[in-house]
Amino acid sequence: MTFFANFSLVLPEIVLAVAALVLLVAGAFRGKVGAIFTLAAVAALVAAAATAVLGPHGRAFGGVYAADAAATYAKVAIYLSSAVAVVLGDRWLAQRGDQKFEFAVLVILAAVGMGVTASAGDLISLYVGVELQSLALYVLAAMRRDDAKSSEAGLKYFVLGALSSGLLLYGSSLIYGFTGSTHFSQIALAAAHGGSNGVGLLFGLVFLICGLAFKVSAAPFHMWTPDVYEGAPTPVVGFFAAAPKLAAMMMFARVLGDAFPGAVDQWRQILVIAALISVFVGAFAGLAQTNLKRLWAYSSIANVGYALLGVATGGEIGLQSMLIFMVLYMVDVTGFFACLQALNRDGKPMETIEDMAGLIKERPGVAIAMTAFSLSALGLPPFSGFWSKYYVFKAALGTGDVMMQWAAVLGLVGSVVAAFYYLRLIKSMWFDAPAGAVDAPSLSARAVGFAAAIFSFPIVLVALVWLDPAAKAAAAAFGHA
Amino acid sequence: MIGLPHYLVVAAILFTIGVFGIFVNRKNIIVILMSIELILLAVNINLVAFSAYLHDVAGQIFAMFVLTVAAAEAAVGLAILVTFFRNRGDIAVDDASMMKG
Repeated sequence: MTFFANFSLVLPEIVLAVAALVLLVAGAFRGKVGAIFTLAAVAALVAAAATAVLGPHGRAFGGVYAADAAATYAKVAIYLSSAVAVVLGDRWLAQRGDQKFEFAVLVILAAVGMGVTASAGDLISLYVGVELQSLALYVLAAMRRDDAKSSEAGLKYFVLGALSSGLLLYGSSLIYGFTGSTHFSQIALAAAHGGSNGVGLLFGLVFLICGLAFKVSAAPFHMWTPDVYEGAPTPVVGFFAAAPKLAAMMMFARVLGDAFPGAVDQWRQILVIAALISVFVGAFAGLAQTNLKRLWAYSSIANVGYALLGVATGGEIGLQSMLIFMVLYMVDVTGFFACLQALNRDGKPMETIEDMAGLIKERPGVAIAMTAFSLSALGLPPFSGFWSKYYVFKAALGTGDVMMQWAAVLGLVGSVVAAFYYLRLIKSMWFDAPAGAVDAPSLSARAVGFAAAIFSFPIVLVALVWLDPAAKAAAAAFGHA
Repeated sequence: MIGLPHYLVVAAILFTIGVFGIFVNRKNIIVILMSIELILLAVNINLVAFSAYLHDVAGQIFAMFVLTVAAAEAAVGLAILVTFFRNRGDIAVDDASMMKG
């Protein structure tokens, strides 16, 4: 393959990397953020998504980098949700008179990292992508330098993120040592032959899965999530809960689907246990929360559990269910945090359930949108959350493996428990006495919130018509490293 | 003769010390940053030892990437620590508990 043919496969990330550098220099010289600056960042992200769709498929740099249907699927979702995050975050910071050009640059850099992980075909490119993404996210969490909570969130995220990178690396080093290669395809070959290296390889795989579970905030590696979500700026949390989650689930799919497709019996148990603990931790710990950002952190832990159940199912159907689940969840969670950032009382953000009392009388539109997101997260038909869970449970029940079937049943029980806190939020918004006037919501946050609410029902029914085959094609791309 | 197992054991011990340094340490965040470096260096010992053992250069290339990223990670970590110090006037671990958990 020629030099330029290789680069044409990596074009989406090159577009973004160049855009980030240009914007960084432009921002450093001009110092001020205008509408043009934000527009340029959004345009770069949309252009990268378009390049990913239109670009050629193949493997670049000797298989280190895979541009296939799965990468395209993930990249479109990641880049578009990053573009939404740029708009929302920029408006939110502008409202507080704290507009920074670094925000858009950091989101783009994180998006590059997520794109690289989604395309990783090798342990080295996986690690570089993870770090590129994580380093930008640590800084985003600590974005509000004068806010003690924000810097504490950034610090906690950094320490536990660095630990998870360490676990991931230690696992990678063992896998490299016991298979003799960092390429996923070579690892798959060596793992299939097994032999005397089985135990060392299994240790490596366990460490790698632990590191990835940290990144995706699956229990029992979830302890950083509630604190980081509570402390970080609201639009940044909306971003954290969407794109990086999909990127981390893609890493799971890449590592397990491309490098260890033969060892499914070994990793299925680990994933099922992590998935069920996540579902129950998310459901029960969420009951005690009053802060909505913390509540949604536990909700995201529970949802990651369902997505992991899809990965644990494995194969084309399982991975397809995970990919559909994550994209529908991303729309929901982006919409919810857009609504949350739109709500302020006397200039102060409304973040607790009590703050939401009687919202239906003050801001009926936002209240209805948030109701839709809560019902969707609860898994009530016909909202999108129902369809995403439907795919996961259908895949898990269809395996014929008794463990997976029990896991699906327990997952269903967990979602019934979690229904309590979603319904409590809805009850507070619809039936409690209003707690006072609410400031006028910003236009962009309201627009994103309403669009996401309309997506969760009824647009999702139309969207599934093309999301289903797209995810199917993406899931079929795994295992051909 | 020092063989591959010796290197692996040293790396495993360093890695364990690093992980415990993060979880058990109750004093200072700088110590946590040092523990993180310890973990990354343990990984590097692993990679280079395997690379020499397998006569394969990929491990050493990987180690170079790890070194580079470790430097970037330390820079970002210290920068966040500085903002934390400015807000609190202290970097004790017990202080990082404004939010429960």
